[in-house]
Amino acid sequence: MLAKAMSLFLLGLVRVLTGAQARWYGCPPKAEQRIYFANHQSHADLVMIWAALPQELRSITRPIAARDYWTKSRLRQWITTAVFNAVYVDRARTGEQDPLEPLVQALENGDSIILFPEGTRGHAEEPQPFKAGLYNLALRFPDVVLVPAWIDNIQRVMPKGEVVPVPILCSVTFGAPVKLEPGEERRAFLDRARAAVVALRDA
Amino acid sequence: MLRDFYHFLRTLTPTEQVAALFFIVFGLLVVISVGAFLMTFRTEGRAKDPKWHEELADFRRLLGTSWVMVVIFWIGWAAGHVVATLLFAAIAFFALREFITLSPTRRGDHRSLVLAFFVVLPVQFWLAATRHFDLFTVFIPVYVFLAIPLVSALGGDTQRFLERNAKLQWGIVVCVYGMSHVPALLLLDFPQRNYVGKGAFLVFFVVFVVQTCMVVQHLLARRSQRPPSIPTVSRSFHWTSWLLGMAVGSMAGGALTFITPFAPGQAVAMAFIACAAGSLGHLVMKALKRDRGVPAWGHRASVTGANGLLDRVDALCFAAPVFFHSVRWYFGV
Repeated sequence: MLAKAMSLFLLGLVRVLTGAQARWYGCPPKAEQRIYFANHQSHADLVMIWAALPQELRSITRPIAARDYWTKSRLRQWITTAVFNAVYVDRARTGEQDPLEPLVQALENGDSIILFPEGTRGHAEEPQPFKAGLYNLALRFPDVVLVPAWIDNIQRVMPKGEVVPVPILCSVTFGAPVKLEPGEERRAFLDRARAAVVALRDA
Repeated sequence: MLRDFYHFLRTLTPTEQVAALFFIVFGLLVVISVGAFLMTFRTEGRAKDPKWHEELADFRRLLGTSWVMVVIFWIGWAAGHVVATLLFAAIAFFALREFITLSPTRRGDHRSLVLAFFVVLPVQFWLAATRHFDLFTVFIPVYVFLAIPLVSALGGDTQRFLERNAKLQWGIVVCVYGMSHVPALLLLDFPQRNYVGKGAFLVFFVVFVVQTCMVVQHLLARRSQRPPSIPTVSRSFHWTSWLLGMAVGSMAGGALTFITPFAPGQAVAMAFIACAAGSLGHLVMKALKRDRGVPAWGHRASVTGANGLLDRVDALCFAAPVFFHSVRWYFGV
């Protein structure tokens, strides 16, 4: 009940602040199992892409959240679990545990996920090189559709280090799905995926 | 017959008169809309011309905007001053959001933006709603103009300092300051002229004369074969069509004398002032858009969601404050 109210509040807030516009350019919004991967510039990215998805897809799509940041306070933890149904990942590799394990579990359950392959928020205009996670997941789940997405302008809403967001129109552009070719090298695939995201900037 | 009707209107209370005004406006819109709808069934003559369909579609969009505007004004009037003020505050908010989206800011501007959206905008509309008109007219041009650069300076980013602050201050003046004068007009009374509670008429007056002037200009410019007068700013601006638009707008103001506290000559003069401020303000906004490289505030490829709200209200944003000030200054209210 409270989570539902919170989700409605966040949706309203995101719409008032950013317009939460989704542009489906390369594929339609469809209830198939997908990995959405996008550029990462702000904490609000996660909320933005979540709000841009249509209602029916939002419930079966789980964003990835960095455990160290999103469990720091009880409110953050509650929002990420109760509202976003997020999957936590550890950014710092600890011991033997595979950091991708929670994502693998979510995909095995049939959920779609939202991934930021840069790993951390970037400062620059261009996204940083992608980390290997996307490649490993693509290798392991060949049937899951990989959808690139470009989140535009959101870094202006809430730059790193600021706490009060300001209203600026943003959009999420979803592009044509990318496929891992048989025998494709890891680096080559990651660069191609990154290029697919960057190409949406001017789409 | 018409005389009797006029005398009947005079016997009504101000509230009933405003209601009658909306009744007439809505009636006209219904008639025009039904007409435009029936036009789509036409099959012979010009109907085969694709250009005609384009013009019709253009006209229907304009009609749709008019409907939305009239409904908004009606809600604003019917629901009372508080709701009206909130409504125009929301329009100012969305217009400013659009303006800022298309005028890139830097990270150092963040605090100033927070100030603009969450302090300046609510305070300005609160001043309007509570009729603190003296502070209302100087709050932004005097105090905010000092506060915004100060916040920027405290932010420590000096790169293109003047340019960044000018951008933000322009956004505030056009979207917040200009728009806030619409609810202020709603609340303006002239007790000495027995003109109380009829602010809605004044708003209607401004909107109507400015819109008439703009539409006449637009139509004449489209038909005109002459090259544009200021091609670097606008492809459709001609001094002749501007003058004709101004003339028609002012005459429309004269014809509406009976809903204003003005004498006929004064109504024409006030309409002239409002039309000049509105149409020339629109030209200024065009120059700003050209500088930003966008054809309209609503159409840019990479940022969507900007729905062109600012394009619709920019003339009003310029006309309202100038009109408001002239009226107050002239009548000494």
